[in-house]
Amino acid sequence: MVVKVYGPEYASSKRVIVTLIEKEIEFEVVDVDAFKGENKSLDYLKLQPFGLLPAIQDGDYTLFESRAIIRYYAEKYKSRGTELFGKCYLLFPFHQQWLEVEAHNFNPPLNTLVIHTIFSSKLGITPDQKVIQENEVKLGKVLDIYEERLSTNKYLAGDFFSLADLSHLQLGHYLLNGAGKEYMIRDRKHVSAWWDVISNRPSWKKVLQLFPYLN
Amino acid sequence: MAIKVHGYPFSGATQRVLATLAEKELEYEFVNIDLRTGQQKTEAFLKLNPFRQVPVLEDGDLTLFESRAITQYLAHTYADKGTPLITSDPKKMAILSVWTEVEGQRFDPQASKLGYEIVIKPMLGQTTDEAIVAQLEGKLAEVLDVYEARLAQSKYLGGDSFTLADLHHLPVINYLMGSKIKSLFDERPHVSAWCADILGRPSWKKVVALMKH
Repeated sequence: MVVKVYGPEYASSKRVIVTLIEKEIEFEVVDVDAFKGENKSLDYLKLQPFGLLPAIQDGDYTLFESRAIIRYYAEKYKSRGTELFGKCYLLFPFHQQWLEVEAHNFNPPLNTLVIHTIFSSKLGITPDQKVIQENEVKLGKVLDIYEERLSTNKYLAGDFFSLADLSHLQLGHYLLNGAGKEYMIRDRKHVSAWWDVISNRPSWKKVLQLFPYLN
Repeated sequence: MAIKVHGYPFSGATQRVLATLAEKELEYEFVNIDLRTGQQKTEAFLKLNPFRQVPVLEDGDLTLFESRAITQYLAHTYADKGTPLITSDPKKMAILSVWTEVEGQRFDPQASKLGYEIVIKPMLGQTTDEAIVAQLEGKLAEVLDVYEARLAQSKYLGGDSFTLADLHHLPVINYLMGSKIKSLFDERPHVSAWCADILGRPSWKKVVALMKH
């Protein structure tokens, strides 16, 4: 049974797709145009009651929230493809910790930045310079902590690539492509090196090739 | 003692961890980090959590931050103690995981900002921004409509029994139930029943009692 991923064009969906590729799991995609309101159709809302992207269907089984989806497949196919949790049980909590950091510290200010710098006209909002500046400062502080962390660890959770690193790719991509904030990565030596390592993984290159970003 | 929690009793994130420890019937030492006097900014605390946020858990050699990573660690490591808060069935665990993500990504951003405006700001002698409150109320109402539909077909958010998916909500729901937007919860019968159920758990009452001391 092939996993169906809804809305491959969207950033959070790419979090799921890159994971499926790392775990060598076959999948197919279903386009959902949120700008045309296709995510609010009754059929789609049955899969994802908040009308957000992505959702997945695996036979009769459906899931939403990309971080829940990636944890499920990383666990289900633990012995296939790339190990995404760390090789031993003792290391397991660290990828969880840094995945939460991504979700609650990295993602929110970056998401706001992306909305105001790239998607403002599509969403019909006026870019607010004060909001952009505030969120740049917030994100900068987070990246300073990453810089410190990555000066002594090859990856966020330790010396292994994990779901925590992978989870930064899809929205982090915009910092260097469209938001005009490349300096936030490049001015930080260890963050920059880490970004180059994770974004050059064949899985991520495949995602960009198959499902280019909308903008 | 093997388990130490560095936290602030009035921090929702700290309460999330304390509720989990109570459910798992685990003993721990509590180290108070007074956020009002900036104790989270000391060099000593920075070594525990570079993000300067409470709580931090120490369990033997392990140091962990991010409350939802800590609760998952405790639920997993002490699976055989106290209340089961996760499940070993992968498909059921993924559904549980969906709803812990919903709490973290859909519920908490709106609800904790509302709590800040309505409960915290007045406590600090600041003025509530009613325009922001109106906006956030609208967004939270939409989220709670989804919860109402979910709880109409599932006793708890993650499935048939109380799990982390429900527990993670306790601190913020507790704050909001004492405020004017309690009505958002009361108006939705399944949400209302679920709130009463989870807030009535003995483990949660223990956490509330800690706040009172």
